[in-house]
Parts: sequence; structure tokens; C-alpha cells
Amino acid sequence: MKPFKKLNGIAVPFDQANIDTNQLCPTRFNKVPIGDPDYPKILFHDHRFNPDGSEKPDFILNKPPYREAEIIVADRNWGGGSSRESAVYALAAFGIKAVIASSFGDIHRNNCLKNGLLPVVLDNDICVKLRQQIHAEQGARIGIDLEAQTVAGTDGTVYPFEIAAVPKRCLLDGLDDVGRTQEHQSEIDAFRDTYREQVPFLADVRAE
Amino acid sequence: MPTPQTMFDKIWRQHAITVEEDETLLYVARCLIHEGSRHTFDRLDEEGRGVAEPDKVFAFSDHYVPTANREKGLDAIADPKIRNMIELLAANCKKHGIRHFDIDDDDQGILHVAGPEQAITLPGVLLVGADSHTATHGAFGNLSFGAGASEIYHIMVTQTLWQRKPRSMRIAIDGDLPFGVSAKDVILAIIAKVGHGGAAGHVVEYAGSTVEGMTMEQRMTVCNMSIEAGGRAGMMAPDDKTYAYLEGRPYAPKGNAWDAAMNYWRTLPSDDDAVFDTEVSLDAGAIAPMVTWGTNPEQALPVTEEVPSPEDAGTEAGKSEISAALDYMGLKPGMAITDIPVDHVFIGSCTNGRLEDLRAAADVAKLGKAKVPAWIVPGSTTIKREAEAEGLDRIFTAAGFEWRGAGCSLCTAINGDLLQPGQRCASTSNRNFKGRQGLGSRTHLVSPAMAAAAAITGKLTDVRTLTEENRS
Repeated sequence: MKPFKKLNGIAVPFDQANIDTNQLCPTRFNKVPIGDPDYPKILFHDHRFNPDGSEKPDFILNKPPYREAEIIVADRNWGGGSSRESAVYALAAFGIKAVIASSFGDIHRNNCLKNGLLPVVLDNDICVKLRQQIHAEQGARIGIDLEAQTVAGTDGTVYPFEIAAVPKRCLLDGLDDVGRTQEHQSEIDAFRDTYREQVPFLADVRAE
Repeated sequence: MPTPQTMFDKIWRQHAITVEEDETLLYVARCLIHEGSRHTFDRLDEEGRGVAEPDKVFAFSDHYVPTANREKGLDAIADPKIRNMIELLAANCKKHGIRHFDIDDDDQGILHVAGPEQAITLPGVLLVGADSHTATHGAFGNLSFGAGASEIYHIMVTQTLWQRKPRSMRIAIDGDLPFGVSAKDVILAIIAKVGHGGAAGHVVEYAGSTVEGMTMEQRMTVCNMSIEAGGRAGMMAPDDKTYAYLEGRPYAPKGNAWDAAMNYWRTLPSDDDAVFDTEVSLDAGAIAPMVTWGTNPEQALPVTEEVPSPEDAGTEAGKSEISAALDYMGLKPGMAITDIPVDHVFIGSCTNGRLEDLRAAADVAKLGKAKVPAWIVPGSTTIKREAEAEGLDRIFTAAGFEWRGAGCSLCTAINGDLLQPGQRCASTSNRNFKGRQGLGSRTHLVSPAMAAAAAITGKLTDVRTLTEENRS
């Protein structure tokens, strides 16, 4: 996983609430292998492209400054719905490195964190203000400093955000979860034995 | 005196291995996967890793299986990329020693239908599925939630998962369900009340006399759509109905182990004085058959109402949200919901593809003939057999409904079952998102009885007006 430390990137506004993972990655693309060269086209595919494959020029990600966007500023409940991690692969393949929203679908937020993509929760009125700024000045950049836990608007106003200690450290260092779990292997082994003793009827799995 | 605990607290504690700052390492007692788990297996291959406890992982071919011509097996699939997904899962399960309910298995089915049927799902377990509707299993009194490919990979390799402990919410539903109102209407009413993201960050325990009165199948329908309220998981206290459902099923404990399990399971329900972070209550008597009119599940109303107007919203954002939904759905503000014609009906899915759902639909199908294509898709091959044994298939086909094979069908719409652009479907599935049932498709979520009513009238219909004369 690539570390995430600081970012000063072009930010694209998504004003609608409740943008679900079906919109980020239509279900038929779930079967595409991650390294596929067409992956960058998956994000918002049915909003970005006509059925004949031509672009829909009015869709915001097809407008010139936003083709290079690295940050999304959204509204509430970004990424609700399906657990598909392909929604995160699609964001990453397009070049998105962080999403700012007032709330996230829980599974999608976890999926972002496991792929080095930073989900930032800010109050909805701050999200609205940031979107007003980037609507007014298309292609404007927003700054994110993970170590300091701050977002800087285009007018230089700095907003602090909360992130739990463990995901923050994993993002900053680009840490893979399996590595840190294996440091607890002896505890896991001991736990498994206790679990078998205490609740053998849950631990022993077999059909009769 | 010990601190009173919620059922969630008890199950969490039983599975907690260690704590690192704000995260707990949890032991995963059951892991359920499906064809879409290819990214997880790809990564196992890339990193040369194996599966830690393959006996605790179960795989189901459901999302990609065709529901027509099933006697042909894999040859029923025209698209080689779809066929490949099922073959990949079979090969990966064989390689890693994972029990796979494949396309031709007698007990094949949707993971959230076949898992409980096999008693892979038990009270008290921590169960993680590669699918957001994994909350379904919580109907048996356990902690079940969905996860993405990376978290499933972590479980495969270690049989554990790091989680930050969610908050707790209790939704109490009390009273008798009125005539014509089903478990699906209850959960749609809950989602309309708390909102699409309203339970985010929470594990929801459903309680109250309505829940106690429900069958296991009804309880699964309610827990299934917890994710549509944003909930991390949904659960209900296990009781005698839970045990009666499970006893004797293939993976249920047997003999002395069953007795020991029962003793343990009876300790699981939340203590009387347990405190929840959030409390919500609902009067079952006030619930009517529900219909979604928009493009997310909170946009739902009783069938007796009218399609809302953007002007009804208090904020500019609210106005544009309603307006965008109406535009996509091709609806006019103020029109009666019962004036909306449908092009297709789908009865099935992990929400409503169980035997009782099919019986409820058949009771309505008996009253007429389908005016539009109406598909009945059992949630599992086992249910298909059981339904045929009691003659439900003949009731449906006599009423002009199409009796199909088991799978996710028109809920995932990636298996060849697909709506055409602009087509409108009364569907018993769980998501009415844009394009969910095919590019440009329009979905109205309803109960099985309401879907069957729409099939025989060709429009969204209050099922109570059709069946009131048969009221006992």
C-alpha cells in the first residue's frame, strides 16, 4: 500500500447526497481484474459514457480541469450500499486519492483505508463551503495534511478532521494489515485453543 | 453487580483476541464468499499465501448463475466472462479446500439464504461475508457484517479481522402487523424513518413484540436490509423459533453439542438493563404496505400516498435530490403511487426469496393472471424443491408467472437477467439505485405480495384491495 502523507490536488465537487457504490462501479465491472488497462474508465462509467462508449461531455469528470482531479468533495452518505471494493479500485485508477464527505458508508470507508485512499469526514456545512469554493474556481486545489489532520480550503481556511489512530498510522506508513496481525500470531493461536474449549459447538464446523 | 451487556457486547467480547489502540482483533468464526471474491483469491495467488482455516470458509455460486436452462449447467451461460466467474470460484475453492455450493449443487443458493438453511449460520458466531447483505444472518442472534475484498483477504490468511467497535442502536417495533403488511414493509418503514445512512457506524438490534412474533424467514428479511439504513450489522435475540429452525440442519451441532450450544445461546440476549447508544421505536400498527418511489431505499412511502414534489423539501439540496430521483424514475409529482404502471415484476433475492415469500406471492397470484413478465426466482435450489413439492410452481405458471432457477437474478443483474433501459420493475430485492437492475432500469422495492399484485394488475397496487375479500 502506498503511504498517504500530504496532498495538494485538484478537487471535484459532487453535490448530491447518497452516491452509492453502484454509481462508482456498476456491478458488471466487478469481474474485471484489478490491473486491467480499462480500469480508469470504470469510475462513474454509466454517468461518464454513453452506451456507444462516447463520453457524456456534461458529466463533471469529463470536464478538463477535473480529469486531473485527485480529491472529491461530496455530501452525506458517500459510498453507501454494496461492499464492492471495485468502487475503491475505480476511484484509485482514475487518480482519486482522497474523498471528503460529511458521512460515508461504513464498508466503503474501510475499503478506502485498506487501499491507501483517505476518507475525510467534515461537517456538512464545511463540505458545502468547500464545494462552493471549487465550483467558483474550477480546477482549484485543496490541501490535505494527514499528519496534522487538516484540510485547507482554496481560501486558505484550515479545517481539522478526526481519524482513528490505527488507520492514520497505517496510511502514513503504507502498512499492510496482515503484517501487523502476524505480530500477534501467538495470541491468535492461544485464542483459538480457548475458543475451542469454551464454545466447541461454534468452533467445530462439520456437516452430518 | 456486573455491567449489563447488549447481545452485541457479549458476542464481540467472545471473539476479541487483542486490542491495539482503537482497534480490536476479532476471531472470525464463519466467512462466506461468492464469485465476486475473485480479487481476494487473485491476491492470495500474488502473495503466495494460503487459507488459515478453510473449514470456516464457505463459498456460494449465486451472483453470476443463470436462472434459466439450469439443467444445462455451465452451458446455460452464453457470456464466457460470466461463465469464467463461476469456474474461477470452483477452481479457487478446490485449490484451497473450501466447501463450495456450486451451480449444480443440490443445496446451491444465495449465500444469505443457503447459509442459514445449512445452519452454517448459528447464534453467537461472528460471521463476515463478502457481501453487504451479510447482516441477514444476524436474525439468528449473532454478529454478521459485510466486508470488502481486502478485509476478506485478511480473514482468509489469518481467520481474524481488525475492527473499531461500532456503536449500538436498538430499534423496538411493537404491536401486531396489520393485515397485508409484511416484514419487508417493516424494514422499508424503518429505513424511511432513520434514513439511508441513518444507522451508519451502528450495530442494530431489532427488538419488541413484533420481532418476537415474526418467523425466522421474516426476521431475515428485516435484518437483511439493515445495510440500507447504513447499519454495520442487524441482529435479533435468539429464541425457541431460532432453535427449532436450526435443529437437525446439516451444520447444526448434534447430540450433546446441541445441548451445550442451547445452554450457551440462552445467555446471548441483551441484559434487561443494557444501554444502547441510540434508541428508535416504531408502532407496527401504523405501518402500511410500502413502495420506494426514488433511487435510494429511504425514498419510500405507503402505497396509499402520492409521489412527492420537490417543493415538499425544506432545503435546496432536498429539492434537487427529489427532483433528480423523479427525473430518473420518470415520475410526476403528485401522481398516485397506484397509478404507476410496471413493465416487469421480480420476486426473489436474499431479501425475499424464501419459501414464505413465495407462498405470500402465490396467494396473490391465484387471484388473477400476470399482465407483465413476472419472474419467480427462489433464493436457493432447496427452496425451489420445497416450493415445487407443495405445488407453488404450478400456481405461478397457471397465473402466467415464470418459474426460474435459484440465484441473485435481477437483484445483481450480472448473470444474464437484466432489464432494458427505461423499464420499470416492481421488485422484492433490496436496492433501487440507478442502474441496479440494468442500465437505465427503474426499480420500485416492494414486498412479495405487493409484487405479485403489481404483476396481475400491471401497475403498483395496494395488495389489500385485492385480498381483503379473502381476509379470514
